[in-house]
Amino acid sequence: MDNQFLTWGKRLLWLNMLFSFLFLYIPIVILVAFSFNDSRLGARWEGFTLKWYVEMFSSDAVLSALSNSLIVAFTATTIATILGTMTAVAMERFRFPFRKTFDGILYLPVIIPDIVMGVSLLAFFSLLTSIVNGALGLSGNDSIRPGLVTVIIAHISFIISFVTIVVRTSLKDFDKSLEEAAQDLGADEWTTFRRITLPLIAPGILGGALLGFTLSLDDYVITAFTTGPGGTTLPIEVFGRIRRAISPEINAISTLMLMMSMMLIIISQVVQRRSAKM
Amino acid sequence: MRSRQKAYLAVLLSPGALWLLFFFITPSLLIVVYSLLERKDGGGVIWSFTLDAYIKLFTPNEGTFINDFLIIFLRSFWWATLTTVICLLVGYPLAFYIARQKPSVASTLLFLVMIPFWTNFLVRTYAWKFILNNNGLINTILQAFDFAPWSLINTPTAVLIGMVYGSLPFMVLPLYASIEKFDFSLVEAGQDLGATYWQVFTRIFLPLTLPGIAAGSILVFIPTVGQYVVPTILGGGKVAMLGNILAQQYGSALNWPFGSAIAVVFMVLLMGGIIIYFRIEQEQEI
Repeated sequence: MDNQFLTWGKRLLWLNMLFSFLFLYIPIVILVAFSFNDSRLGARWEGFTLKWYVEMFSSDAVLSALSNSLIVAFTATTIATILGTMTAVAMERFRFPFRKTFDGILYLPVIIPDIVMGVSLLAFFSLLTSIVNGALGLSGNDSIRPGLVTVIIAHISFIISFVTIVVRTSLKDFDKSLEEAAQDLGADEWTTFRRITLPLIAPGILGGALLGFTLSLDDYVITAFTTGPGGTTLPIEVFGRIRRAISPEINAISTLMLMMSMMLIIISQVVQRRSAKM
Repeated sequence: MRSRQKAYLAVLLSPGALWLLFFFITPSLLIVVYSLLERKDGGGVIWSFTLDAYIKLFTPNEGTFINDFLIIFLRSFWWATLTTVICLLVGYPLAFYIARQKPSVASTLLFLVMIPFWTNFLVRTYAWKFILNNNGLINTILQAFDFAPWSLINTPTAVLIGMVYGSLPFMVLPLYASIEKFDFSLVEAGQDLGATYWQVFTRIFLPLTLPGIAAGSILVFIPTVGQYVVPTILGGGKVAMLGNILAQQYGSALNWPFGSAIAVVFMVLLMGGIIIYFRIEQEQEI
């Protein structure tokens, strides 16, 4: 009785695992497969083609959206990683008034639904641009409008928190006596940070930056509310196309985005293995 | 604290803190202010105090105790609850299975869960639209065998499928972390003392993996209740959630104070829930 119960339990667990992975992967596989389908309409297989990829790479809209996405992700991740790392060191190595409150605030951008952050930044940027335009006496085509810059600012605001959380974990993990030893030997704070702390938390910083880069490339909602003329990123372009109609070209762009994610996963795995060896 | 240290702390802390103060806290508070102002045609606000937005949100339709907006509130929280429960029912046994494998197998399976976790959410949602659409994969297959088409797109089912699909990895990863830490000799100890499988599960296993359940549930529930992408793409705007009415009030309806009031009530409900949850957790620890 007992053994039978256990074998059935194991079988059910195995089946649940199998169906979960099929559920997770079948849609992705279908999506990629049909990006090679030689049919403009619907999901009937008509033979292999690469023409959707040719069309994608000759579309100015797609290429400019891709370059905008990369500009946003690189700029936002770089700035947010520097700010986030500094914040993490301050939080882990110092005691100061309102530290607990600030700790809570740091988690908020992670917890708050992106749609709420999106609308609040929309309201904020529209107020800010109207104040600036009013002060500078700009109007019409000369006026400052939301665009790529506001998207970058918005992305920095949510990436900072993720970077801070990841870097704080790696700061907690390492042996503080190394820093104390360096200072006892006469190194100042900056030298200690540069020669001891930074090399030890480098994998954590890189991990946080990769997470931030991925989140930035993925984001549709916050970008949609903070963007403006000239600020179309890849997710914005794809979303617009999906709402219009289904086309094999979207499958091709989606496959490109999947490949970008895969590359980031592989890089992050390599980083993790390296840091595990250290 | 020595003044040198103070200066060092100021240099480290102020850039990040000022950034968040200016570009996160101020916009959040601005929403609270906007929710108390008058609506301006064409978007934006008129700077005079009114409670109109909240009155509109909480005034029931005649003869009932509810209105369309409150229905969308209830629907969003109900669907997020359903999504969380389904993810838990599938994710818990999956995480358990992975945690019981040899380290090499476990790390491969875990990696397979991580891939969708890192993959573009919009792309994964579109994949389901491609499958469920009226001329999508399911209906093409049905037609090929002369079956009647199955209209799944723009239904609550499609939205739920999309949300479970998007959230499952967020449930499995924290669950795995807490199940992996579990000391399985406790199971044997329980059985030696005469506990049944069910008792071992409910009295030992479940309480000790509760932090993972809680973390996974929060990671699934909160983004789901505020979903915009899934109900828009798979619901076609026909089954609206909170994200849709928020976007609508800030977009086509151009009623910013009302949109802000919805956001404020939404955040109060979410934050209230989180605070109550942590209070309960703290009390249990004592």
